[in-house]
Amino acid sequence: MEFISQTWHWSISGFLIGMVMLCLIYFGKTFGMSSNLRSLCSMTGVGRFLPFFDWDWKSQRWNLVLVIGAMLGGFVAVHFLHDGSNVDLNPKTIEQLALLNIDAPAGKLLPDALFNDNSPKTIVLLILGGLLIGFGSRYAGGCTSGHAISGLSNLQIPSLKAVVGFFIGGLVMAHFILPLIFKL
Amino acid sequence: MRILKYVLVGFLFGIVLTKTEAVSWYRIYEMFHFQSFHMYGIIGTAIATGIIGIQWMKRSNLKAINGQPIEILDKESGNMRYWVGGIFFGLGWALVGACPGPIFILLGAGFYNVAFVLFGALMGTFLYGLLKDKLPH
Repeated sequence: MEFISQTWHWSISGFLIGMVMLCLIYFGKTFGMSSNLRSLCSMTGVGRFLPFFDWDWKSQRWNLVLVIGAMLGGFVAVHFLHDGSNVDLNPKTIEQLALLNIDAPAGKLLPDALFNDNSPKTIVLLILGGLLIGFGSRYAGGCTSGHAISGLSNLQIPSLKAVVGFFIGGLVMAHFILPLIFKL
Repeated sequence: MRILKYVLVGFLFGIVLTKTEAVSWYRIYEMFHFQSFHMYGIIGTAIATGIIGIQWMKRSNLKAINGQPIEILDKESGNMRYWVGGIFFGLGWALVGACPGPIFILLGAGFYNVAFVLFGALMGTFLYGLLKDKLPH
């Protein structure tokens, strides 16, 4: 069972993620996780005031079902298929994180400094990050699954622009803004 | 079976992303600091698998599960929306270390503070719907 509980090799995971996307194409659907955010907004009935949310979200219910499956998968993976060897980072990364007062993984998926700290500052950061993700993915018309995986697999130039954008934003955050946030 | 297949594909997706640690904030940080090949390997292999699979589907005229021809829509052309939207998304991705798929997966796995990220993401989506007609695409 060790090969299951240890960190899965990138080649196996990458292949399986590609297969997930291909399965959905075979089912006549499109792989894209951020569309679910739009569906969830539309379910509240805001479509009465905002035309963007007045669409046939019920035709996307399959995607919400997929999300439920993914949540179950996350639950099973964390509670039954996990061991202390996980998240084995580059030692240089751990040193850098220590300078920012961010705890080392030691088998954990998420740092306590961000996800196990109920200070107002941390909660504001989480909400702000979500805001950028939700706004950005809808503006760009997709996220990592819709553009980086589906779009690039179909050789779409717009997706390449979006993915380069993801990286510009990510590099600016990781190199310039995160150090500012965590050293304050 | 009609619904079950989506549960199963989602289940596989959730397991894979968790077990390869693509849902980990640490892995995203490491990726943006070019300190590991891991995430690049995952994304690169997924795209390579996708390119080969899509080309094969197109050439073999494979029919979808319901017997209809498979059609994969092209993305709309544009500039502003992809660059600016992409940069906004990247800023958020590197801050909270999760894109929309992992947000749901982590919540399912019991990391309840990720609910704040989901709340923000829903607000962000709502904000886009509110401002859509005023934004350059």
